[in-house]
Amino acid sequence: MRYFRLSDKHRVTRTRQFLSMSFVVAISLLSGCMMMAKAPHDLDYARTRVSEGARYRAAIRPEGDSVVQGRLQQWTLHLETATGQPVDSAVITIDGGMPQHGHGLPTKPRVTRDMGNGDHLVEGMKFNMGGWWVVRFRVNSATGPDSVVFNLKL
Amino acid sequence: MLGTATRIIKQSIMALVCVITATHTDDRRSAGWSAEDRRTLRSLSLASLGPLADDPSNRVANDSRAAAFGQALFFDTRLSGNGKVSCATCHTPTQEFQDAKPLAEGMGTTARRTMPIAGTAHSPWQFWDGRADSQWEQALGPLESAVEHGGSRTQYAYEIAAHYKHEYTAVFGPLPKLDGLPRIAGPIADTAARRAWQQISPSRQDDISRVYANIGKAIAAFERRIEFTPSRFDLYVEAELAGRAHSPESALSRDESDGLHLFIGRANCVNCHNGPRFTDDHFHNTGVPQSSTPLPFDSGRAAGAHQAVAGEFSCTSRYSDAKPGDCAELRFAVMEGEELLRAFKTPSLRNVAERAPFMHAGQLSTLARVISHYDRAPVAPAGHSELRALRLSPTERRQIEAFLGTLSSPVLAPPP
Repeated sequence: MRYFRLSDKHRVTRTRQFLSMSFVVAISLLSGCMMMAKAPHDLDYARTRVSEGARYRAAIRPEGDSVVQGRLQQWTLHLETATGQPVDSAVITIDGGMPQHGHGLPTKPRVTRDMGNGDHLVEGMKFNMGGWWVVRFRVNSATGPDSVVFNLKL
Repeated sequence: MLGTATRIIKQSIMALVCVITATHTDDRRSAGWSAEDRRTLRSLSLASLGPLADDPSNRVANDSRAAAFGQALFFDTRLSGNGKVSCATCHTPTQEFQDAKPLAEGMGTTARRTMPIAGTAHSPWQFWDGRADSQWEQALGPLESAVEHGGSRTQYAYEIAAHYKHEYTAVFGPLPKLDGLPRIAGPIADTAARRAWQQISPSRQDDISRVYANIGKAIAAFERRIEFTPSRFDLYVEAELAGRAHSPESALSRDESDGLHLFIGRANCVNCHNGPRFTDDHFHNTGVPQSSTPLPFDSGRAAGAHQAVAGEFSCTSRYSDAKPGDCAELRFAVMEGEELLRAFKTPSLRNVAERAPFMHAGQLSTLARVISHYDRAPVAPAGHSELRALRLSPTERRQIEAFLGTLSSPVLAPPP
């Protein structure tokens, strides 16, 4: 939660001060409520997703077939084009976090090996809390740049 | 006639007692845990703590001879600059291997609170800022700190040669020759000791550093045996999940049970204090106030992450027994970002009621103050606190404190 400070250089009327403060309070309350809110009930937790720009179809396969809490895990990311062609040569970066908590992943996972047939080894995945997580893969290949986001429930 | 009347009165009293007891027991059992709550309770139970994983960076971690050697070193005050400080000075066995002081005191006063040892072998990071990635690397830090043990590497090598030659050789092989080496030399703050160290050839420095690393590995072999025992909370969960009536040993009072509800529910404590050790083994800025003692600025994990990667005795170092692929926590550590600033490790809450004062520099003197801090969620002195105000009532704060008291249990350090 950030606090806003009114600039000393600009005199504001009492009304504008009131409106500004109301805005701050409203944002504060809203963000507070968001932090306490439950995860949206209509989240798609599917392990196969189409990328935001519809260039790719991606699937995640966690080691042991379930996403675990509290320890490092390897995943396989399978990537193919919208027409079903495996994507092997791609630059892939990973980020994510807990939208309700406002923090990122506790580790810096990355793709460490292309295994062929569109499969990419992801190492360093870890989730240190229960709840709703998102993991985003940013992909750039000959097919073009795009992102695919997975929701996880731990 | 009188006897019959007496018997009837006695039976009536007994029946009344049974009804009262049953009501009371029922009161204690009316916890109303949902299926998700029960999963959470199971995850918090000590029974969910799996077997301790091997430490690939320490090949003698599970060697009982190393543990016996390490235990002797742990209590040996000769491993210090003044002959008065041992690991046990701050990690006192009778106090859950901590010292109950705001700031640790060895040869001087440190800038941090002593952390307890039990269960830390399960954690990928040691120290409040996680600047060590193993127990053996952690053990080596205080030995060279001017305000803790205050000794030096050649001094320690001489001590091992003089008092532990047999124990050392049995576990690690022959000691290097120490002829002609200065009695006090090492890469430490003391200028004379540092200069003496620099005058030693690199290969002999390496020999001495290997002895030093082995001291840490032996101490770790002892420390990794220090474990928690089941607390009343664990007995409660066991009975609750089995659907058994609670015994006096497993029952929680109404306040304790309500506190547990808050802990895993509205108070959000379980977000970070999760798993059977009640820690996520991660680092968080929770807006802990500055110490009332003037201390240098402490950036927490922001510095600790870099120190861990650069550590002379890290998992990837030449003194580690690990293969490169074994050091995944280090390879995938987050190194940058505002979230690291003034973030400190989530401590285990087991035995928390027994170890005031609290936080990384003992800033908060009582558990009530800690709970009040999390309830109020003040602005962080630096960086951004992850906390949000909870608006708990005084009763709810008291109930959380009552629950935390159920996590106390003896710490065991089985003899090697």
